[in-house]
Amino acid sequence: MITYLEAIRLAQQQALATDPRVFLYGQDIGSFGGAFKATKNLSAEFPGRVLDAPLSEDAIVGMAIGAAIEGARPIVEMQFADFSTCGLNQIVNHAATLFYRTSVPCPIVVRLPSGGTSGGGPFHSQSLEAIYAHWPGLVVVTPATVEDAYTMLLEAVNIDDPVIFCEHKFLYYHLKADSLPETALPIGKARIARAGRDATIVTHGAMLHESLAAAQDLLEDGYEIEVVDLRSVKPLDTDTILASVARTGRLLCVSEEWPWGGVTAEVLARVATEGFGLLDAAPMRINAKDTPVPYHPDLWAAHRPTASTIAAAARRLLHI
Amino acid sequence: MQRAVDYPYKINPMSKKIAPVTQSDFIKAYRLILTSRVLEEKLAGLYRAGMITGGVFLGRGQEALSVSVGIQLRRGDIFAPLIRDQAGRLAFGDTVLDTLRTYLGSQLGSMRGRDGNIHRGRPRDGYYAMISHLGAMIPSVAGALLARRLKGEQGAVGATCIGDGGTSTGAFHEGLNAAAVDKLPLIVVVANNQYAYSTPNSRQYACADLLDKAAGYGVGAHKADGTNLMDCLQTLRNAIHAAREGGGPQLVVADLLRLVGHGEHDDFAYLDPKLKKSAVGSDCVLLAEKHIIDQGWHTADEVAAWRRETESEVNATADRVRREPLPDPSEDDWAALSRPEYREQYAAS
Repeated sequence: MITYLEAIRLAQQQALATDPRVFLYGQDIGSFGGAFKATKNLSAEFPGRVLDAPLSEDAIVGMAIGAAIEGARPIVEMQFADFSTCGLNQIVNHAATLFYRTSVPCPIVVRLPSGGTSGGGPFHSQSLEAIYAHWPGLVVVTPATVEDAYTMLLEAVNIDDPVIFCEHKFLYYHLKADSLPETALPIGKARIARAGRDATIVTHGAMLHESLAAAQDLLEDGYEIEVVDLRSVKPLDTDTILASVARTGRLLCVSEEWPWGGVTAEVLARVATEGFGLLDAAPMRINAKDTPVPYHPDLWAAHRPTASTIAAAARRLLHI
Repeated sequence: MQRAVDYPYKINPMSKKIAPVTQSDFIKAYRLILTSRVLEEKLAGLYRAGMITGGVFLGRGQEALSVSVGIQLRRGDIFAPLIRDQAGRLAFGDTVLDTLRTYLGSQLGSMRGRDGNIHRGRPRDGYYAMISHLGAMIPSVAGALLARRLKGEQGAVGATCIGDGGTSTGAFHEGLNAAAVDKLPLIVVVANNQYAYSTPNSRQYACADLLDKAAGYGVGAHKADGTNLMDCLQTLRNAIHAAREGGGPQLVVADLLRLVGHGEHDDFAYLDPKLKKSAVGSDCVLLAEKHIIDQGWHTADEVAAWRRETESEVNATADRVRREPLPDPSEDDWAALSRPEYREQYAAS
């Protein structure tokens, strides 16, 4: 069985093996193999192409940008998504503006180990896809399956634009697949993860699995819930979302991010402005609470949406 | 003049001796700083006449240092200039034409009206387009050099410029340190022009000399008199040579005075008059001109003729650019991403 984390490692191995332009740069990723072992053994297999970086997120991204201008395809690892804010300037002001300003694209991939795990606490748990999606010039992806972790990372390396790869730490070890696919939906296309007719849940990342569990729970009450896995939050596949809402008439958007101005707000805004007539009830959303992510497992479990809170919200939506 | 050249790494003993700067080198550099000075005077005039939208930021007083960086880089090297590097830009291959196009917003300029003034470059030619966030170009040039190394290319160096204010940023620290760890052939040139906008050096750093930072990073250290073109040329030649020969990153610090405000909107009222009268307050262009005449290389009349010739070229180019098309909002593709299928069309916009 291949875990989500191993899929990320194998995708990097594949990229290194097939594309001489690819190199990896990040903290502890060399012989140590990375804080999560996403680069285990790769420095030995590809000498000189898997490089330990100083504790300098700004310089890590800045160096990737310069390397990309020179034709390389760097994949950089932020040890945790939370620390990418120390490299924010290079990502949003340099990488994201380069193509518009100069016509020279910036093919870097920034891997962000994202999202909450039990005991992670305020600084090792954040989901930052919405802030990166806010800036023009970035592609922001949120693979929710082992298959997508593999194929989307390989696709990201081949994209000429900067890609923020939000891989979810909660999925690293317990999500497993028998094999890795040869083909996949392209980045930018959402996927119907579960078909249904009574309501649509739009979600991404680890919340896909909580939402699928909620949908299964609601099936016992006779409700068939459609679940849309966004896969990428920018571009956002509005067509697939609207088509699903057209089938169900009801929308619940679920995200582990904080509520203010995030992916749920964007999805609801688009459905309300572009598909208002499709709705039979006011759309709903459920996010993490608007506080830093708490450390204690009991607090953390109540901070983020879970299958039971999603199912409860869906029941309210269905009874409107 | 030159001091404290303590290389932390051995320079290849087989390498050629560093050639001294010749009369011909000096004259070539002078013609470039003269062009830069005349061009910037034109830009200031266009700004005062209301013909330039946005800021105008001049390198007056910094030309000798700046030209010394650009002129001694080769084709294939990388140069990421900063705001006061008009002279270095021209030396590295930028043109009067593209400078005016970018300032005047011509559709035909390298930035096509999407960015302006000093935020211009042609990255494919190794001429990087700075962002406004100071220090950001240091790691980017380092990364470019790392990519060259990974490709197996040898011999190229990269240079980038910064001011005294920029040395206080995290990006300066992170970039120079990361470059030192990988011993990349990077030259970081600090124009210590005494002010970061209005902030004097006394509120910027507490070390005795910015050059002291070199030892902390384990990089080569070079000090230049920023008012003296000959010293700047020789110092940059030494620093670039050291980087090219495997000496790792080199930090160059030149003391000088910004002879104008931060931008043309700034009356520079905060200038300490004592600084203007001190050694750093001299005008490097006038000193270089005097040197040429004192050495008997050219007469004052010949130098004056060069200026008239340059003014004529700059004026003609400005007139041409002012007749060029401006960017058309209805023709811009408004695309921040290179791949068309990723460009979202928002109903609201």
